[in-house]
Amino acid sequence: MTEEEVIQAVKDIIQTVAPDEDVSGLDPDVRLREQIDLDSMDFLDIVMELRKLYGVQVPEEDYKELATLASCVRYLHPKLSAKQLALRV
Amino acid sequence: MGHDAIVIGAGMSGLAAALRLALHGKRVALLERHELWGGLNSFYTLDGRAFDVGLHALTNYVPAGTRGAPLTRLLRALRLRHEELRLGPQRHSEIVFPGARLTFTNDVAHLSAEVARLFPAQRDGFARLVEWVRAYEVREDREPAPSARAVLAEHLSEPLLREMLLLPVLYYGSAREEDVDAQTFAILFRALFLEGLARPAGGIRTLLNLLVKRVKQAGVELCLSTGVRRILVEGGAARGVELESGEVLTAPLVFSSAGWVETQRLAGRSAASEDEGRLSFLESIWVLDRPAHALGHGASTTFFALDERPRYRRPEALVDTRSGVLSSADNFETGETRAGEREGGELRVSVLANHARWRALAGEEYARAKAEAADAAGAAAVAVTADFRARRVVRDVFTPATIERFTGHVGGAVYGSPRKRWDGASGIERLVLIGSDQGYLGVIGALLSGVTMANRHALAGARAAEALS
Repeated sequence: MTEEEVIQAVKDIIQTVAPDEDVSGLDPDVRLREQIDLDSMDFLDIVMELRKLYGVQVPEEDYKELATLASCVRYLHPKLSAKQLALRV
Repeated sequence: MGHDAIVIGAGMSGLAAALRLALHGKRVALLERHELWGGLNSFYTLDGRAFDVGLHALTNYVPAGTRGAPLTRLLRALRLRHEELRLGPQRHSEIVFPGARLTFTNDVAHLSAEVARLFPAQRDGFARLVEWVRAYEVREDREPAPSARAVLAEHLSEPLLREMLLLPVLYYGSAREEDVDAQTFAILFRALFLEGLARPAGGIRTLLNLLVKRVKQAGVELCLSTGVRRILVEGGAARGVELESGEVLTAPLVFSSAGWVETQRLAGRSAASEDEGRLSFLESIWVLDRPAHALGHGASTTFFALDERPRYRRPEALVDTRSGVLSSADNFETGETRAGEREGGELRVSVLANHARWRALAGEEYARAKAEAADAAGAAAVAVTADFRARRVVRDVFTPATIERFTGHVGGAVYGSPRKRWDGASGIERLVLIGSDQGYLGVIGALLSGVTMANRHALAGARAAEALS
């Protein structure tokens, strides 16, 4: 996966978790929670989907690394670089 | 194959808990005693006509995308889209007391203006009450203050207004006589007045069918006609259930929506009699030859009292028709009539009823009492709105005995035990209460109860995620 694909992967997961939200215009440097209405349980769902789709384990102490799209890429790209972007179903 | 969790009861809270767990990869068995799901909110067909049980309206209605609202959080947690619920908002509702009528809509500014018009001196107090409700933080980890009447008295000096605002809250969710705790009051006041009412096009089956479809897609093993004989407890912890068939299912976690008293009994423990709910209702459904609004009844929901200080307690008689709720499926913007999905009209009248008195009747005596009680409820209702009775095509009536039979709630107690267990604790390890006796009420509330308890008790990382907020 390229960095762009990691962004796409995260956006796809947010769309799955929050089907009513528009994820197309998200600013990568602004906290996700300030742009869309995600609560703590939604983060849990995002973490769970990362595990399910890509086998990535995000330990609890690293949840804060998922605050913005940019920080997601920094944190996830090393873990995802060898994986393929999953197709949204 | 073993299960990660067993959920007892496929009502709203059980369906939601099972779906939430399955979305997180848990293997779940969802056990339902009846041949149909829905519990307190189910449906049936009589003479080829579709009826809902229990549902007047959904409270907590907000438009799609409303940030931070319970409905938005719920849809998110269950991965549902707002439009799939096909919600039609109410037109308006009303609270009718002797000499006073307050209307309310899904915009609280309307109610504020009504209060200011009818009770000018209470305007600021009402605004402060609304602020108190908005600021109220719902918590599962502490006992709430005991009295909504005390909260109302802090903000409003006019007793009639206090009674008028309390009545809908009590009727739509108090398991306690004459009052309700402050947390339930805050939740229900917000659900009714700050958010609002809506009805799914097609009634409760639209929502139930959607949930059941998703539950199955998510891999939940939904077992209908599967009653639980007992919950197996070993060393103070639940380890599974024994079914009516004698089969044993084990799992490290059991969720029960059966109610506090009922769950204790299933686990072989006794429950205090003051934990049994005392409030039940008689509901009469009047199918009319035309929509209620064509008869001059335009309100979605009418909470009425024929006395200035209505009683909200178990009556000595079969029913107490001095107050009640009148609800019409016709007065929601669901577009069903336009689309030809519904014909004619429907009104429901619900009044307080005495379970033991109804249980003592049988056969023809029971049938006659039902007809008389429904007549009396209809007569009370037309004291506050247009006379719809001559337009009746069919009428069906539920009593507390009906409610007990279909929900398993002791005493036909619609809102369960007067004491809620907000944290879901059952007194037994690995056994979690969900549904009415956990504390979240109403359709959206019951669904949130299942989701919240599943998050709290079964999903790893939930506490760490909460700490981030």
